[in-house]
Amino acid sequence: MTDRALAVVRAGALTTVQDRGRPGHAHLGVPRSGALDGPAAALANRLAGNAPDAAVLETTLDGCSVRPRSAVTVAVTGAPCPVTVDGRPVAWGAPVRVRAGSVLDVGAAVRGVRAYVAVSGGVAVEPVLGSRSTDLLSGLGPAPLTDGAVLPLGTPRAVHAPVDVAPQPAPPAELVLRVTPGPRDDWFTPDAVRLLTSRTYHVSPASNRIGLRTTGPALERARNDELPSEGMVLGAVQVPPDGTPVVFLADHPTTGGYPVIAVVHPTDLPAAAQSRPGTPLRFTPASRR
Amino acid sequence: MRVLPVGADALLVEVASDDEAQALHAELLRRRAEGRLPAGEIVPAARTVLLDGLPEPARLAAELTALDLPPVPPRATETVEIPVRYDGPDLADVAAHWGVPAREVARVHAGAEFRVAFCGFAPGFGYLTGLPSRYDVPRRPTPRTAVPAGSVALAGPYTGVYPRSSPGGWQLIGTTDLVLWDHTRVPAALLSPGTRVRFVPVTEPEPEPAA
Repeated sequence: MTDRALAVVRAGALTTVQDRGRPGHAHLGVPRSGALDGPAAALANRLAGNAPDAAVLETTLDGCSVRPRSAVTVAVTGAPCPVTVDGRPVAWGAPVRVRAGSVLDVGAAVRGVRAYVAVSGGVAVEPVLGSRSTDLLSGLGPAPLTDGAVLPLGTPRAVHAPVDVAPQPAPPAELVLRVTPGPRDDWFTPDAVRLLTSRTYHVSPASNRIGLRTTGPALERARNDELPSEGMVLGAVQVPPDGTPVVFLADHPTTGGYPVIAVVHPTDLPAAAQSRPGTPLRFTPASRR
Repeated sequence: MRVLPVGADALLVEVASDDEAQALHAELLRRRAEGRLPAGEIVPAARTVLLDGLPEPARLAAELTALDLPPVPPRATETVEIPVRYDGPDLADVAAHWGVPAREVARVHAGAEFRVAFCGFAPGFGYLTGLPSRYDVPRRPTPRTAVPAGSVALAGPYTGVYPRSSPGGWQLIGTTDLVLWDHTRVPAALLSPGTRVRFVPVTEPEPEPAA
């Protein structure tokens, strides 16, 4: 077996392999998937000297521990958290050298939800339709990490990272999502559209990689017939029969039959992915292009 | 035809019927193949086609509103044949909805010509149309927690084949051994929007005599 591998010591609550996903297959029912906080994953790769499309680990709240079988450079970004190597504190958000056999521990997030762990060479599991991302909706890509699993690593690039540290946005105390109304805002009462952009919602603990679920005022429909299934986009604010909006994230279904009242601006979605349950959430109107 | 903006870089084009959606989808694919439609995703559905990843959605919206839909060109690809054992647990219920004897379900279903209207629900799951509307059936009142892979099923106007085991509320009329989705195969999906499909009844072979 190759030395270029990573043994999973502690998988954590939910740690998955993620890259930039597999867009372009929605017409076959294949979700795009990919890192929920794309900028944080891209930064981790830069710091570890990887190409932007290298696969990283995405943790959920309580981090993970891994033991590389050869010396590697790692970088942890996204949700701020304590990082140790063999129990000794090392830098978060900066390149860290880890010797073969040492244990890298990514601790529980102090703020935010998802930390990204890039390892030089990238996680080199077999790609599926051009991506190594775990898709929790359709089951494509590698299974979530389990204790004792071993992940292959790719060959590190010869050139090293041109960055040592980089600023990262702090996870928000209040999540503000800019929305463009439509395509099905006319399926709701005028009051519902006004409620969406004037009242405070909260991030629900039922949120996952498929969607950011919310609690807050229910949005009333103006018509109650069934919407024939239609294509869904990333950031779609879909309103199921209980009336509370769900914001579609990377593993969202490609088609759906509940009306979409508005669509979140894509650059606001990384902050959504880092917002813990209970975070206050406001939808504000975006200027239409 | 209505063109609805979807966020900053997508459009949802809505038409009046399945047939129009099919014609629109074919026309949009043709335009993309000719390099005239820079879209990241073209996702057909029941009455719509979603165009995602558009550099200039407003300009395209104006162009599409004026679009005169040509009729669907005949598809060059051959028909996919799906061998089915019509042995599903909901065969009797479907027969009752149709008002025919149970053995007639296979004959009616295998006699129709289907077309993949769109995909969704799971990778490789196609929504097939082709049965006359008098054969529409409701979903099961209580969905099953696990429908076996290869199940051939009906709901509303659609026939579908479960590519893998999953929860599901469709009426199960049969089973196929054909692998609908295999990500190591090219193409991974046996059925994609526009594919023509026929179901071919097979009878269970006699069990091998014990050696």
